[in-house]
Amino acid sequence: MNADANDRLSRRGFLAISAATLGGVMLAPGIRLIEIAAARAPEQAVSRRVRWGLLIDTNICTPGCDDCVKACATENGIKDTGRPRTDPQWIRKLELNDRRSGRTHSVPVMCQHCEHPPCVDVCPTGASFKRADGIVLVDKHICIGCRYCMMACPYKARSIVFEDVTDQNPDVPRGKGTAEGCTLCVHRVDRDRQPACVEACAKAGHNAMIFGDLNDPQSEIAQRVAKYASTQIRADLRLNPGVRYQGL
Amino acid sequence: MKRNGIGALAGHIARAIWPLALLLPILAFASGRVPKPVIDIDKPGKCVEDTATMRREHPDMLRHQRDLTVHEGIRTRQHSLKECVSCHASTKTGSVLGEKGFCQSCHDYASVKLDCFSCHASKPKGAAGAKP
Repeated sequence: MNADANDRLSRRGFLAISAATLGGVMLAPGIRLIEIAAARAPEQAVSRRVRWGLLIDTNICTPGCDDCVKACATENGIKDTGRPRTDPQWIRKLELNDRRSGRTHSVPVMCQHCEHPPCVDVCPTGASFKRADGIVLVDKHICIGCRYCMMACPYKARSIVFEDVTDQNPDVPRGKGTAEGCTLCVHRVDRDRQPACVEACAKAGHNAMIFGDLNDPQSEIAQRVAKYASTQIRADLRLNPGVRYQGL
Repeated sequence: MKRNGIGALAGHIARAIWPLALLLPILAFASGRVPKPVIDIDKPGKCVEDTATMRREHPDMLRHQRDLTVHEGIRTRQHSLKECVSCHASTKTGSVLGEKGFCQSCHDYASVKLDCFSCHASKPKGAAGAKP
């Protein structure tokens, strides 16, 4: 009897201790008291706590440089068919001129990864969607190629693939009859790498683009956005794009 | 009267033949007379699941995985199409397509349309040669 009570007590004690220990780390599967600041495991879904963004410094970005555009094309397998009017375009360089002051800007424009993306609103099949971490994508399995998203996007960031695509990058499936646009190199981001354009810009020594988590106060991008003036293109539309520009 | 006679005869013949008709395909298949798909399998043996499961359920596995990957960013390797291709691509053509290719040979045989590779790469990364 005595031994039995002791045994029960010790078991209860053990359970209490283990519950207390576990509670500090994990309340339920996926819900933790203390967030662990570590890279996402491959089997873990993307988190709402992250908001990926880009900060582009137009004071540094030089006219005529298209390193980011080339890197994007190489990474995502976009080939020049010699028919520029119908070729898909993920980033384009815009040259802006202020006639009064004579000041020129060079601005790379890609999908702005809006918080409230119009392309998602208009998509009739649900193919155009926003991932939990703020990246706006096309699920090409569902896309029927209607091009409503191309019409709805104020940034002209979406393209349609008109021709058969061969020799794709295994990480970037692309095919005829589907809409597409900048994915922020989602296949790289999921593996804790930078988008190809940002990497190319840094590699060439320009460092005009920064990629990071806008929600993480420790990240370089969040600190720069908090410290310096930056603008969103067509901020009047209140779409809250994840891509911001400095010096515009 | 004569018609009836012919009809009856035909009936007799039909009755005599039908068990044979049932048996024939089985016999033929067992004796290897029915053409089967010719597949280049460079790495025989167990896949991520056993062969019977893979044959029956690979489309469901791929469909399930694709939704997880595209929408939730889950990039586990076990049921990913990219891993299928990198393991099953033929050493000769470097691809899962082609007449004896791992995917195409069977899909052609079963007359099932193979959509994946109008968008997805049919070769592992860095493989040389043109797409068939």
